[in-house]
Amino acid sequence: MSQEVIVASGLTKSFAGRGRVVEAVKGIDFAVEQGEIFGFLGPNGAGKTTTQRMLTTLLPIDAGVAQVAGCDVARLPAQVRARIGYVSQLGGADNLATGRENLMLQARLYGAAKSDARQRVGEVLAAMDIGAIADRKVKTYSGGQRRRLDVALGIVHQPEVLFLDEPSTGLDPQNRANLWDHVRRLRETGTTIFMTTHYLEEADSLCDRIMIIDHGQIVADGTPQDLKRQALGDSVLLTVGSNDQTSARQLLERADFVKEVSSDGEGLRLYVHDGKAALPDIFRLLDSQRIAVRTVSLSEPTLDDVFLAKTGRSLRDGDRPVVSEEVAA
Amino acid sequence: MTVTTVPAPSSGTYHRPPAGHRLRWSISDALTLTRRDILVWLRVPAFIVFTIIQPVMFVLLFRYVFGGSIKVSTRGGYVNFLMPGIIGQSAAFASFGTAIALAREMQRGIIDRYRSMPMARSAVLVGRLIADTVRLVVTVVVLAAVGYAVGFRFENGVVPAIAMLLLGVALGVAICCVAGWIGLLVRDEESVGSVGLIWLFPLTFVSSAFVQVHTMPGWLQAFANNQPVTIIIDEMRALALGGPLVSHGWQSALWLVGIAAVFGYLAVRAYRKP
Repeated sequence: MSQEVIVASGLTKSFAGRGRVVEAVKGIDFAVEQGEIFGFLGPNGAGKTTTQRMLTTLLPIDAGVAQVAGCDVARLPAQVRARIGYVSQLGGADNLATGRENLMLQARLYGAAKSDARQRVGEVLAAMDIGAIADRKVKTYSGGQRRRLDVALGIVHQPEVLFLDEPSTGLDPQNRANLWDHVRRLRETGTTIFMTTHYLEEADSLCDRIMIIDHGQIVADGTPQDLKRQALGDSVLLTVGSNDQTSARQLLERADFVKEVSSDGEGLRLYVHDGKAALPDIFRLLDSQRIAVRTVSLSEPTLDDVFLAKTGRSLRDGDRPVVSEEVAA
Repeated sequence: MTVTTVPAPSSGTYHRPPAGHRLRWSISDALTLTRRDILVWLRVPAFIVFTIIQPVMFVLLFRYVFGGSIKVSTRGGYVNFLMPGIIGQSAAFASFGTAIALAREMQRGIIDRYRSMPMARSAVLVGRLIADTVRLVVTVVVLAAVGYAVGFRFENGVVPAIAMLLLGVALGVAICCVAGWIGLLVRDEESVGSVGLIWLFPLTFVSSAFVQVHTMPGWLQAFANNQPVTIIIDEMRALALGGPLVSHGWQSALWLVGIAAVFGYLAVRAYRKP
């Protein structure tokens, strides 16, 4: 059994606005273990940032209890602040100063003596690969460099827990992967990382454990692999001639190796337990009724399938403009 | 494997002293931020233009362009009437920097970062106020020197002259409390830059800063005579040039303390709002 660094129970927060009370976080319970990268996944407005701001003492807790690094957040906020690092979505580095100046100020405000601060700043600059640009003003930094400085600001005092709010927002794929490498390296030093994200890829490839939150409630919790296993299984997308569509669908719905069939654009989407094993069965079944398969593709479940299975909505839709289909229907 | 204790913080982790030393820390945190605020101010040309160059241009403009057609009964002529007024007006306008800086720090998440750190909660505002006071002293001293170069003279001795400059700084600090509150409330640098300080124009120009109030229409005199900038600038003028002090002195002190207390409180409240 390992040590739990964050424990929350019955955590609740509501906001009053425009004449009604919005319950942003509805009494959630969870625990984060020492040394893991814990991802809080959900669409915008699900309650991720609100939860994180309660854990980092930035928002008062309405109800429930939270402990971070062994200290009660409501009763010992100063102790919590000394043990955590927080990197908000905005980052919070000062553009008008250089990277090194930002870090020196940060270390001094954490109470480091000047010589200690200088040494530690050198270390984090090297760890985040921004040593070469340390003496340039932050406003000249690229998005990726700036983000690494933001993280450096959060780890100057070697916190036990580092909170990252949507760390890769606005980064291109290359810089995103680079940031992930740096975050993984932090985990190797024993730092626990609690991050919010709405990127499926980020949650999948970076996080050891994921909690999915929607409308202020936790809908799933586990490793990315577990969650995907719990989902409907692999999905197979196949197309047949338009005359055969209805009969193919009826046939497949009756087959016991198929969990579910739905139409997906021109084709049919089947959910099966094991996609590779099911393909020959699907062909055999359709062939027996002389239905020719035109195209077939197999995909393993993604976290989006998990989200879809748990909430009935796709997380990807949140990133896209609202499609007019629903309005027409 | 069973791990039951919280890992001991490694040697690089900094520990803040216990609660008994709270005051010392609050001061040290505030001074750390003061130094940072002044460095940033020195680095942005627009801030220096606003707090030094623009006031100097105002002096030259009113001394040599408008001054010739403004008749006053002051000994030493218009330049002696003008300088206390322009020092007060410039000190009030210097609060622009406070509003912009606080709005910027709110908008960019800098204040959020400070709030997640184990530092004194008062440090951001106190540090800013100390930095602004330093800035105001620079502005006021530069203006007095420029005034001397264009013919202004203190007529009332050294101590009242220093008191006059300090009163100018105090006016600036009080207005900084108002501007700081606006910056923290608006939380958007551009909005503050464009409209956040529009109220300073009537307050400083409809006063005794540049002209004698009795030359204004009657309805405007009613406002000009009873608003704090006139009261404080009349007091500064009396200190610089000689004249009755007592009644305006009390009123000035009351206004300054009142403005600083009310808007200082509102600023702290806006700052604390999550």
